[in-house]
Amino acid sequence: MSSSGYYFVIVGHADQVVYEIELGGSNGQTTDNRHLNQFIAHAALDLVDEAMWRNTTTYLKQVDKFNEWNVSAYVTAGGLRFLFLYEHLPRSGEDGLKNFLTEVYETYVKLLLNPFYVPDKPIRSAAFDKKIQTIARKWNL
Amino acid sequence: MSMQAPTYLRSSALDRSLQKTRGDINLSTFALLFSEMVQYSQNRVDNIYDLQTKLSDLGHHVGTRILDLYFLRVAKDKREVRLTPMLVFIQKTFWKFLFNREADNLEQHAQEPNVYYIIERECLVNKFISVPKDKGNLNCAAFVAGIVESVLSTSGFKCKVLTHQGNRGTTYVITFAQSVMDRESRLDTK
Repeated sequence: MSSSGYYFVIVGHADQVVYEIELGGSNGQTTDNRHLNQFIAHAALDLVDEAMWRNTTTYLKQVDKFNEWNVSAYVTAGGLRFLFLYEHLPRSGEDGLKNFLTEVYETYVKLLLNPFYVPDKPIRSAAFDKKIQTIARKWNL
Repeated sequence: MSMQAPTYLRSSALDRSLQKTRGDINLSTFALLFSEMVQYSQNRVDNIYDLQTKLSDLGHHVGTRILDLYFLRVAKDKREVRLTPMLVFIQKTFWKFLFNREADNLEQHAQEPNVYYIIERECLVNKFISVPKDKGNLNCAAFVAGIVESVLSTSGFKCKVLTHQGNRGTTYVITFAQSVMDRESRLDTK
């Protein structure tokens, strides 16, 4: 019985993982799941790349579906891709997800303004981690 | 009674607002900062080309950050995907955001479709910079060129931007990579 957690990843310009986090799920997440999450996310990247050049919006709703996992994407003006994997939409629905992604984008830009942060490098800040978890709780994930 | 150091509740940088603070910066203050940047770079290079590269790198630093900041403050949920709208955006909206006026001209090279020019009569950063004769070709607008180059590159339009001082003013020569032109023609036909 798998817990309905969510997996969120920020992918940089060179398709590298800048930041990843598992949210919402209870203690059912095994290491198998983690590899599967990364696999699904990378597979969805091609579709995101296709879609991002056709749309001038940042939030691309559901771009891919793998078995029971759905992938939603959010593309920033700076070309960064946020991928969100979920089995069922969170309680706050599509809107809640969009607001979550927008707030993560704001937090990311605040981190980006730090002159010591090199863009596209992995994010290791604990404060950033905590902030993302707070935002996730706020939007009921 | 012992003196205790007051404990402040420090809000982390991640909690502060991104909205523009009141008041603009004095041109003289910026000119001072910019002249220091030029002198700092000058002390660390041997030739003019490297100096322009260093200024361009400083511009890169600014450009990658200001692009996302601009879209977050002004137009959330929007981004540019096609070349011409993006260039028009840079010439008009973005220039206004940076310098409070639009760039004067945006032109395309007659023979080479991947070369564009943005022309501005009076470059703000060069206002207080005077270039002595022995520095020849130096143009401190390399800083602005760096900003434009990184804004275009991070949003997916890989390019190189050079500056040229002509009688019409400062010209930024933008040369796009072939991959950008290929993608544009692919999106045009679909």
